[in-house]
Amino acid sequence: MENAIEKHTIAVLVDNEPGVLARVIGLFSGRGYNIESLTVAEVNNADHLSRITLVTSGTRMIIEQIKAQLGRLVPVHRVHDLTDEGPSVERELALVKVAGTGDRRIEALRLADIFQAKVVDATLSSFVFELTGTTEQVDDFVGLMGQLGLVEASRTGVVAMSKGPAAF
Amino acid sequence: MSEQKLTGAQIVIKALKDQGVDIIFGYPGGAVLPIYDALFQQNDLKHVLVRHEQAAVHAAEGYARSTGKVGCVLVTSGPGATNAVTGLLDALCDSIPLVCLSGQVPTHLIGNDAFQEADTTGITRPCTKHNYLVKDVDNLARTLHEAFYVARSGRPGPVLVDIPKDVQFADGTYVPPAEVKHKTYRPQVKAEMARIEEAIELIANAKRPVFYTGGGVINAGPFAAKLLTQFVKTTGFPITSTLMGLGAFPASDNQWLGMLGMHGTYEANLAMYECDVMINIGARFDDRVTGKLSAFSPGSKKIHVDIDPSSINKNVAVDIPIVGDCGAVLEDMLRIWKARAKSVDKPALKEWWGKIEGWRSRNCLNYNRTESVIKPQYALERLREALRGKDHYITTEVGQHQMWAAQFLPFDQPNRWLTSGGLGTMGYGLPAAIGAQLAHPDAIVVDVSGEASFLMNMQEIGTAVQYRAPVKIFILNNQYMGMVRQWQELLHGSRYSQSYSEALPDFVKLAESWGCVGLRATTVAEVDQVIEKMLAVTDRPCIIDIAVDPKENCFPMIPGGKAHNEILFGPDDSPSDATPEDGMVLV
Repeated sequence: MENAIEKHTIAVLVDNEPGVLARVIGLFSGRGYNIESLTVAEVNNADHLSRITLVTSGTRMIIEQIKAQLGRLVPVHRVHDLTDEGPSVERELALVKVAGTGDRRIEALRLADIFQAKVVDATLSSFVFELTGTTEQVDDFVGLMGQLGLVEASRTGVVAMSKGPAAF
Repeated sequence: MSEQKLTGAQIVIKALKDQGVDIIFGYPGGAVLPIYDALFQQNDLKHVLVRHEQAAVHAAEGYARSTGKVGCVLVTSGPGATNAVTGLLDALCDSIPLVCLSGQVPTHLIGNDAFQEADTTGITRPCTKHNYLVKDVDNLARTLHEAFYVARSGRPGPVLVDIPKDVQFADGTYVPPAEVKHKTYRPQVKAEMARIEEAIELIANAKRPVFYTGGGVINAGPFAAKLLTQFVKTTGFPITSTLMGLGAFPASDNQWLGMLGMHGTYEANLAMYECDVMINIGARFDDRVTGKLSAFSPGSKKIHVDIDPSSINKNVAVDIPIVGDCGAVLEDMLRIWKARAKSVDKPALKEWWGKIEGWRSRNCLNYNRTESVIKPQYALERLREALRGKDHYITTEVGQHQMWAAQFLPFDQPNRWLTSGGLGTMGYGLPAAIGAQLAHPDAIVVDVSGEASFLMNMQEIGTAVQYRAPVKIFILNNQYMGMVRQWQELLHGSRYSQSYSEALPDFVKLAESWGCVGLRATTVAEVDQVIEKMLAVTDRPCIIDIAVDPKENCFPMIPGGKAHNEILFGPDDSPSDATPEDGMVLV
């Protein structure tokens, strides 16, 4: 169906130059495209290359437009639609601060253990948990902590990598 | 040894010369004084001083479109750069190759709210193809050469280079253009052969074909226009063009259907609606052409040749997308057509032309000729006759006069028609005419204008006088912002809100105050006389004020939101059943 909304994870390899992130964001906001999450970091220091991983949604025609518009930006090297191109791995990292005492504190610690989250800060009345997982797993964890004294959560957004030996 | 030590300002001058620039349009200011100093101390690069930075960009656009070269602009920081924004966006919308150099406050003051500081790269990011801020003088030469490369490659567009004042003063090394190659940006020029073969098959078997061409052919160069003409003549198919593509195919040829779109001819729009094969070369399915998208050319297979992949399948799904330069693709198409000894379906084509002749016979550009008032179409017809056989360039402002100029002035060659299509900028015509005139000193350059548009950049008369550019400003004065008034009449119950041109100057006295020739025509008989006098002036600008019928509306017209076969022909046609809501919101 042409009008079905699809969610896509797109990886873009760009020159690490001042303003390139502003350019990509400006493209999305200027044309009314949706950014669900975006992460960026330098991946090749010698060649000054950065990788932007973004999650966007839209109809098939919009998704194709987004990729074409990204592709024609001058500092963009390559655009890969990881959702289209085959199986891929997606992960998010979250730092979650939970405060409480007594039963709620015990339950929070138990759930953290179940989710395989690490404790990176501990006081007698609070914890900061570090969790890596799929977006769904992180959503679930933060949701549960919400009922156990969640103070603050900080999330990175999705990074993704194709499975197999090929680049991207 | 390719390296030389020069100041940043000297590097700018040298880079421009090495890129083949001969004229730069600009306006000085504090942040750009070092470059102006370097300009003063040389004689190869000519600088044209405008009276407003917006006009510098429009003049560079007129220069670029009429020559095929990259236009060049120089403005100062802050207000100089922001004044150029409208012109830059205009160039982006119409794909005109430009390099705009802007001064900037010294690097250590950037971000400090310095005098005349603006975040130029931030402000111009969405209105340029690409922009640069040069913080190190040793990057300056490379950046400038890259800027020219980006401006002219792929789909052309404006590129801005922001140069801080301390970088202009600093000593740096110069590198020549040959040593500069862009790391990533390599637009695809040659198309996939498989696609071209597919397209040729479709074309050979077409029963009701039409060529739909646009600005992409103009940008591909005059040779592309020749190839297009050759291919169209070989096939014998009908051809129409967008506003931006006029002149690529000779209008005097019988296969020419006239411009298509909102104010295009009946035969052009209907041929597009009823065709079975639509061959789009260098056009982008703009909303002025498609009308209501869901009803656009429902039964046809579409071939789309475009150098910009993001243009393909953007609004209209096409069957055979071909990414490549129009000229290169046409060359391949012609070669394959001949190699495979292809021929067209002659009987089907004969029937199709019969239908088209039927539509033509409606004579959709007809208007009520009268002796009591000058009709704007009449004035343009007389201009057309007077210019026949003479080498001429036409620029326009924006509005009804622009549409009438497109309908009534024929073009047999590309790069002669300069108009603001995508952005529709009032105030474009006069500076663009100056740019074209300075590029072609011996040609006749006429700016077909409206009295409201003319006022927007009229200060540029001074520029034309200073550089002895004998542009002819042909004002179709109907005392209203004509196109706005027309829409208010048809869609807003004739509530003419703020569309009357109050407090107009006496255009003849205005011309004379600048030492130019001013002419006026108020009766039909005077039109030929003023045109003759206007063409006789060769050493200074000429303003011609032609008082035309204020009530004349521009037809044919496809009202906003309607399908492209729902056409109004004249004042007796009213938009049938109230214009749909989605039509009202369209500009």
